[in-house]
Amino acid sequence: MLLFSCPNCGPRNETEFHYGGQAHVAYPAHPEELSDRQWAEYLFYRQNTKGLFAERWVHSTGCRKWFNMVRDTVSYDIKAVYRMGEQPPAGLIPAGTGSTSPTQHAPEGAKP
Amino acid sequence: MTTEHLPEHPEFLWRNPDPKKSYDAVIVGGGGHGLATAYFLAKNHGMTNIAILEKGWLAGGNMARNTTIIRSNYLWDESAAIYEHSLKLWEILPEELEYDFLFSQRGVMNLAHTLGDVRESVRRVGANQLNGVDAEWLDPKQVKELCPILNISDNIRYPVMGATYQPRAGIAKHDHVAWAFARKCDELGVDIIQNCEVTGFIKDGNKVTGVRTSRGTINTEKVGLCAAGHSSVLAEMAGFRLPIQSHPLQALVSELHEPVHPTVVMSNHVHVYVSQAHKGELVMGAGVDSYNGYGQRGSFHVIEEQMAAAVELFPIFARAHVLRTWGGIVDTTMDASPIVGTTPVENMFVNCGWGTGGFKGTPAAGLTFAHTIATGAPHTLNKPFSLERFETGALIDEHGAAAVAH
Repeated sequence: MLLFSCPNCGPRNETEFHYGGQAHVAYPAHPEELSDRQWAEYLFYRQNTKGLFAERWVHSTGCRKWFNMVRDTVSYDIKAVYRMGEQPPAGLIPAGTGSTSPTQHAPEGAKP
Repeated sequence: MTTEHLPEHPEFLWRNPDPKKSYDAVIVGGGGHGLATAYFLAKNHGMTNIAILEKGWLAGGNMARNTTIIRSNYLWDESAAIYEHSLKLWEILPEELEYDFLFSQRGVMNLAHTLGDVRESVRRVGANQLNGVDAEWLDPKQVKELCPILNISDNIRYPVMGATYQPRAGIAKHDHVAWAFARKCDELGVDIIQNCEVTGFIKDGNKVTGVRTSRGTINTEKVGLCAAGHSSVLAEMAGFRLPIQSHPLQALVSELHEPVHPTVVMSNHVHVYVSQAHKGELVMGAGVDSYNGYGQRGSFHVIEEQMAAAVELFPIFARAHVLRTWGGIVDTTMDASPIVGTTPVENMFVNCGWGTGGFKGTPAAGLTFAHTIATGAPHTLNKPFSLERFETGALIDEHGAAAVAH
């Protein structure tokens, strides 16, 4: 049973919370302008970091507010908890693991 | 006084060679799928100058940690085809691999506890039958006849309203399956390299030409990624992304009992799945831990909840004890279907996303992935399971049939 410190309610058992996956993924500003590939990136692709990972949780059986957390996905050590809208403490997350910026895609017309 | 010598050591099932400087193909991941892939590359495609690189000990990942359920009762045509082909391979593999890994076709029941369950189940039975997969709908009395220890009374919160039944489904001894494939691979000339962790890829432009490992650099024409929960780690090294998330999946065994549970029972709604292994232990599992995790362990409330489910469905289990719990790392996709095919990197291929249901797919994953690697293009059976489906929208949603809460 992991223990999470909700920013509003304090330390509670993990069973009071619901997981929200990778944090800091903004809803596309102009979804109608995205290509199929870019939309697929938004819908289906998320970082799957082995190590320090910025993620979201909601305190379902408490204040029901969302917040962010940096947790080590190997040791499950919680490094930081911070409010929705804030950024993780400086230097905690290596560059490139906090966003969904694509690194490489199949070229147009690539064979299935 | 004469010295007593130990009896001859039993024959080792595979060699432990040092990696060569180059191979025609390298499989990253020495679990069930990696071993099966190498086997079919050698057997079906004559590719024997290949190596399996395993960062730990052979089949020590999810292949050592699953609950061994084998079935093909998935909903969609594409899934039924590949899982049923896998089941047909299971039926011939003990003889082909010359290894009795105790594949026991004792059937699998997927219980229905609500009207929605019943409708979904009857539909899936129909879909299975149309696809040539053996499937029946059972009413509660028939469920009880097949599994006398199951509680079909009305005095639980979600009574059993019936079940789907696949008679040819069953279980097998997972470690022995791995060793059976490993021995044949070795016989066919495949190098199995353990304690060999891939640390990077060498590319010529967009084409992979080599692998950097903890045991040196290995040049290769082709790379097949078979690393389950670690697939994203490898993909990032290679410079592409996968739409998977790695979660802990726990399982457990009881102590040994006389045979009491004659079949495999799965319940989505009262969430647990359980069988009894040949040796006598109850083997149980349920849903993933909700958070992303590579720790090969999860939280205990997940175990407690499946205990409650198991005891409600099987009252006599209240006298059993949990002997051991453990966890694996399952790479799940949003449609609960695997990804087997090409990647954006030339000559690099990926087999991942089998999530909570990879063990049953071991033979078909191996066969189709070997075909994909050898020919550069997918086999008919894995063609629908491409990376591209996340872009085209041709998803294959098998959350219901996956029977494991994500």
